Amino acid sequence: MPTAGPRSGDAIFANVERVNAELFTLTYGAIVRQLLTDLEEVEEVNKQLDQMGYNIGTRLIDEFLAKANISRCVDFKETAEMIAKVGFKMFLGVTASVTNWDIEGTCCNMVLEENPLVDFVELPDTCQGLYYCNVLCGVIRGALEMVSMKTEVTWVRDVLRGDDSYELQVKLLKQVPQEYPYKDDE
Amino acid sequence: MAAVYSLFIINKSGGLIFYKDYGSSGRMDTNDSLRVASLWHSMHAISQQLSPTVGCSGIELLEADTFDLHCFQSLTGTKFFVVSEPGTQHMEALLKVIYELYTDYVLKNPFYEMEMPIRCELFDLNLSQAVQKDRVALLGR
Repeated sequence: MPTAGPRSGDAIFANVERVNAELFTLTYGAIVRQLLTDLEEVEEVNKQLDQMGYNIGTRLIDEFLAKANISRCVDFKETAEMIAKVGFKMFLGVTASVTNWDIEGTCCNMVLEENPLVDFVELPDTCQGLYYCNVLCGVIRGALEMVSMKTEVTWVRDVLRGDDSYELQVKLLKQVPQEYPYKDDE
Repeated sequence: MAAVYSLFIINKSGGLIFYKDYGSSGRMDTNDSLRVASLWHSMHAISQQLSPTVGCSGIELLEADTFDLHCFQSLTGTKFFVVSEPGTQHMEALLKVIYELYTDYVLKNPFYEMEMPIRCELFDLNLSQAVQKDRVALLGR
């Protein structure tokens, strides 16, 4: 009875409670600003944003699985598509496209068509090197770690730094099997 | 009237993080509930190993003379199980609803520490509503 298959990101996005987009964008901006004040070093802020994202991701994944009614993906390619098509839509209201697969199917790029986090942002000269949206990298890394995939997520292109799009690289480092460590016969 | 006796939530390492009983049958003390939880965690793991089905994800339903036990394990490894009167319907749907409530009222609570026992009033409240609703068998979604 409940095996209806995954729900579309649009359907879930339409059904959840939302806040005003500007409030969201400004709140995120305030956080980044505060981190810059507190930590001073741009590199430290990047790290902190990634860590914050990680903490969000480890909790967010369950909501994603529960509300999108997702079952286990067969491979990393399906996982990446799921994140791009359902995940981004469900939580940010945007879609991403997956490109640039390597031969082993363990590394790909996600191109964000829109990025609501940066609506009013211009990076000043003093903040060169800042990955303003680094929180997103952390979210993906944290979420995938909870379903036993160790990944490395980095920004490869960022409009704020003069590129023409927002592009994330997701690299699968290790898949930890979800089995109990039975080593009886060894 | 079909009824849910109790609900357990076990974290991925097998620790009981939530236990609640509903109604008078099958009530147990803290020690017993901890024992049931760790027993179930191990049995669930063993069943995965023993199952002849490839890619088996463990026991979903245990039927006994005096109760049914329905279990749902999320892909992140958290297990939810309800003990109910034999033959109670719609328990899979109820477990799904409970999973959603857990993501909303437990995981989104910034003061909840992951993998630790759940003490969230909002979760309790919404949970009782979901279980009550099920008691009048409105949950055939």
